[in-house]
Amino acid sequence: MSADPIPQDVARTPLHALHLRHGARMVPFAGYAMPVQYPAGLLKEHLHTRSAAGLFDVSHMGQIRLTPRSGDIADAARALETLLPIDVLGLKPGRQRYGLLLDETGGIRDDLMVAHCGDSLLLVVNAANKAADEADLRAHLSDTCDVAVLARALIALQGPGAEAALARLSPEGSAHEVSAHEVSAMRFMDVRALDLLGTAALVTRSGYTGEDGFEISVPEDRAEAVAEALLADPAVWPIGLGARDSLRLEAGLCLNGNDIDSSTDPVEAGLSWAIPRVRRRGGARAGGFPGAARILDALEKGPARRRVGLRPEGPAPVRAGAQLFGDETGEPVGHVTSGGFGPSLQAPIAMGYLPAALTAPGTRVFAEVRGKRLALAVTALPFVPAGFKRA
Amino acid sequence: MRKFTDEHEWLDCTGDVATVGITSHAAEQLGDLVFIELPKVGAKLTKGEAAAVVESVKAASDVYAPVSGEVTEVNAAAVADPASVAADPQGAGWLYRIRLDDPASLDGLMDEAAYADFAK
Repeated sequence: MSADPIPQDVARTPLHALHLRHGARMVPFAGYAMPVQYPAGLLKEHLHTRSAAGLFDVSHMGQIRLTPRSGDIADAARALETLLPIDVLGLKPGRQRYGLLLDETGGIRDDLMVAHCGDSLLLVVNAANKAADEADLRAHLSDTCDVAVLARALIALQGPGAEAALARLSPEGSAHEVSAHEVSAMRFMDVRALDLLGTAALVTRSGYTGEDGFEISVPEDRAEAVAEALLADPAVWPIGLGARDSLRLEAGLCLNGNDIDSSTDPVEAGLSWAIPRVRRRGGARAGGFPGAARILDALEKGPARRRVGLRPEGPAPVRAGAQLFGDETGEPVGHVTSGGFGPSLQAPIAMGYLPAALTAPGTRVFAEVRGKRLALAVTALPFVPAGFKRA
Repeated sequence: MRKFTDEHEWLDCTGDVATVGITSHAAEQLGDLVFIELPKVGAKLTKGEAAAVVESVKAASDVYAPVSGEVTEVNAAAVADPASVAADPQGAGWLYRIRLDDPASLDGLMDEAAYADFAK
């Protein structure tokens, strides 16, 4: 039952010393020593993020800047559209969008965020895939773009108290061009360059918890000062990877490698919303991305199986890997890809894949746990309503 | 006298019946507990088999039978309120009682000082 020791060869984020100072329990994750929880514990950290604000170190994620060699951002956007089934060309300056890197069969290699920073595009990619993504981007985009991996920290500030906490660091009337007013003026998926304690930060109003919040990119040597200044606010607690996972599961968000991978395509993963009309059949820039033929077919025909939310009827959590059944005796028809306990719901929750015929909310299915078949109800996602600031 | 196992369990033996729980060290490692499954009263356990399950938000952990014997009682309050086990794992948060097949099976287990050293 004891925790695995952290191997010597794992990397440290710029906030490593801060984590230790705040009493974090560190674990190896995607090649980095990361805080899994702080002394408050996962349940309290989770609930605090939903009711106030939580600060997450997500510096392990990759930040990759694409700068068009021509100086025309549309060239970078067009080039990136050869890898992603999304509308990059239509992304406005100061806006961010969710995207998927696909393989030739339409399987999901990675999911990422694309921000339009005016003269460049900034991608935020998953930690475990950042080397592969960088190689992929260099291989396909080097003719049109300079591809640069940024040595910057990334701090997520999430929860209903995030705006107030961030605005305090960006005081009105500062000598710089930004102010607290600009923080509160930001909407969900906006991107702004903000001055935080004299540091040039790139801030997006987005996150991975289902709450309103921000992701704050700062130079590595300024990360600790910015994070400590945010944590000086009693409303802001440091939050570990444990609560990050339970928060995103309640929000119905996919964990790359669990809920989506090369064996799942965007349509069955319930991510068709990320593929706009302009990239579908009949659209002005239809197809032209890896696996397009298969994905465009699937968008028209509908998927054979689909990712769903699941609520176990009993108190026992159903974990990733559990097989799913349509009844109490038959053969498996699907499997659970994420599962645990939802602290906001005070009940176990899960996500998994089921045949299309079994995906209507309220459908009763079964999961095998320790040799027993436990009943679950198919449930609409998210489990907890999103708190994004859209208007 | 209280005994401890290298699987981070404790046993208090009275006569031939032992009360079994997880240690404070184990509880601390597991974090907040949200679900507990205990063996049925009357179940015959063999040393080393999974006897109970304790689940945190993140993970499920088996609790192995530290000795062989028959389950005589389980802590229903722990099942009803898993947080009580995390709060007082070596007291009110006991898990089950077992009648030992062989009282001598406790002989090889650690005392508190030896366990404290082991769990460092």
